[in-house]
Amino acid sequence: MAQLTCRDLKLGYEGRVVAEGLTFSICKGDYLCILGENGSGKSTLAKTILQLNKPLAGSITFAEGLKRNKIGYLPQQTPVQRDFPASVQEIILSGCLNRGGLFPFYSRADQQKVHKIMKQLDIAHLADRCYRELSGGQQQRVLLARALTATQELLLLDEPAAGLDEAGTKELYEIIDKINKEAHITIIMISHDHEAALSYASHILHLGKEHSFFGTTEEYKGGAEK
Amino acid sequence: MSEALQQIGHLLSFPFAMRALIVGILIALCASLLGVTLVLKRMSFIGDGLSHVAFGALAIAMVMQLTNELLLVLPVTILVAILLLRNGRNAKIKGDATLALLAVGSLALGYLIINLFGSGGNVAGDVCTTLFGSTSILTLENTDVWICGIMAALVLLIYVLFYRQIFAVTFDEDFAAATGINTRAYNLLIATVTAIVIVIAMNLVGSLLISALVIFPALAAMRVFKNFKAVILCSAVVGVAAAFLGILLSFMPSPTGKAVPMGATIVAVNLGVFVIFALIGLLKKFTNK
Repeated sequence: MAQLTCRDLKLGYEGRVVAEGLTFSICKGDYLCILGENGSGKSTLAKTILQLNKPLAGSITFAEGLKRNKIGYLPQQTPVQRDFPASVQEIILSGCLNRGGLFPFYSRADQQKVHKIMKQLDIAHLADRCYRELSGGQQQRVLLARALTATQELLLLDEPAAGLDEAGTKELYEIIDKINKEAHITIIMISHDHEAALSYASHILHLGKEHSFFGTTEEYKGGAEK
Repeated sequence: MSEALQQIGHLLSFPFAMRALIVGILIALCASLLGVTLVLKRMSFIGDGLSHVAFGALAIAMVMQLTNELLLVLPVTILVAILLLRNGRNAKIKGDATLALLAVGSLALGYLIINLFGSGGNVAGDVCTTLFGSTSILTLENTDVWICGIMAALVLLIYVLFYRQIFAVTFDEDFAAATGINTRAYNLLIATVTAIVIVIAMNLVGSLLISALVIFPALAAMRVFKNFKAVILCSAVVGVAAAFLGILLSFMPSPTGKAVPMGATIVAVNLGVFVIFALIGLLKKFTNK
């Protein structure tokens, strides 16, 4: 049962087409890596899946149970965040907001959930630290925790390793892999790290100027060798 | 010193002075709360721009001899604020130039209109009043106090009720939208509140100095505190304290014997507080290392 199906997607912005003819689907527990050159439409595709952009043509359908707007998202860092005065706990708690409720405070259940996820990602000791004073790897883990707080179905990660050193990158990939394998959370990751994509992902979507590839990692490897 | 205090006590026994103090504090409270959001959204200048637009609208209202100028000024300013803040962060790049254009445009047109069609003899005085804050804060009536009180209550209520959403939309708009928060609606709310606060606050410090009320307390708070809640609370306290002190200082006799402009005094106090907080922030940094 596919969790997310894209049919004949045509993507672009301001009248410019960046990718077209994209057809692929993702099942629960899949680990999809989206590869491609700069400007091939990776980020546009991400924003379209998140429904922040509208596709120029084609359709995206979500499986029942995966409500619209219920995708955990790890965006690329914005300049605003670099000097934002917020504690780690405040940021992760904001992932609880999508459960609605008009009561203007976070519930005890929300707090407990956040605490559990912080422990899972080994950042509980950072709870009261200021976000902007953390290392790049720690910041990414905080944002990952926030995404996990928002949903336990599907995570979309936009270049999560950008700006991290080698050790930080490896650590982050391990955590993401664990989330995927142990908690069976579907991962869609935008990346330009081919090597990591091939060793972790179950499926690859390669966006290209002429045509795009979608298939399992094995198929992708096979195709590359020819 | 005690003489000065006595004089202040004497002044505050007059209802007009008391009203000025109450209104000043309420306005400062709203402006400083809002300031945190605007500074973090990289929109510090929006207050300045909007107040220029409000000045233009005010000039038209004066020429039309409306009995209540707010009826024209408030809707116009809210409309412009919504247009500017509509797309949130994404509008910033183009919004920057648009804002500058709108601001100086309305300022020039407003001044032109007042000069051409103004009925009062004292054009320079009128303009100076709108730009740098009026002594009219001393001639406030009870209705003005009520309007300010209601607006302040409204802004406070919005901040208490939507505190979490305002945080989410300010920190990361894309994430908020992706996980199902109606960011458009909250941007609209922030824009409307901004416009209301600016228009009301123009009475106090005038359209040229309004940015100070909005950004100084927030910036001061951000030097010292490192989580959002503390920054918001500290900003509110700083804003209120600076307004209180500034208004009292402006009541005191000046060394040169001339009248002390209230708006400029409040801003000067804000500046002083900012410098102190910046020093504390630096000190904290060094002691931590």
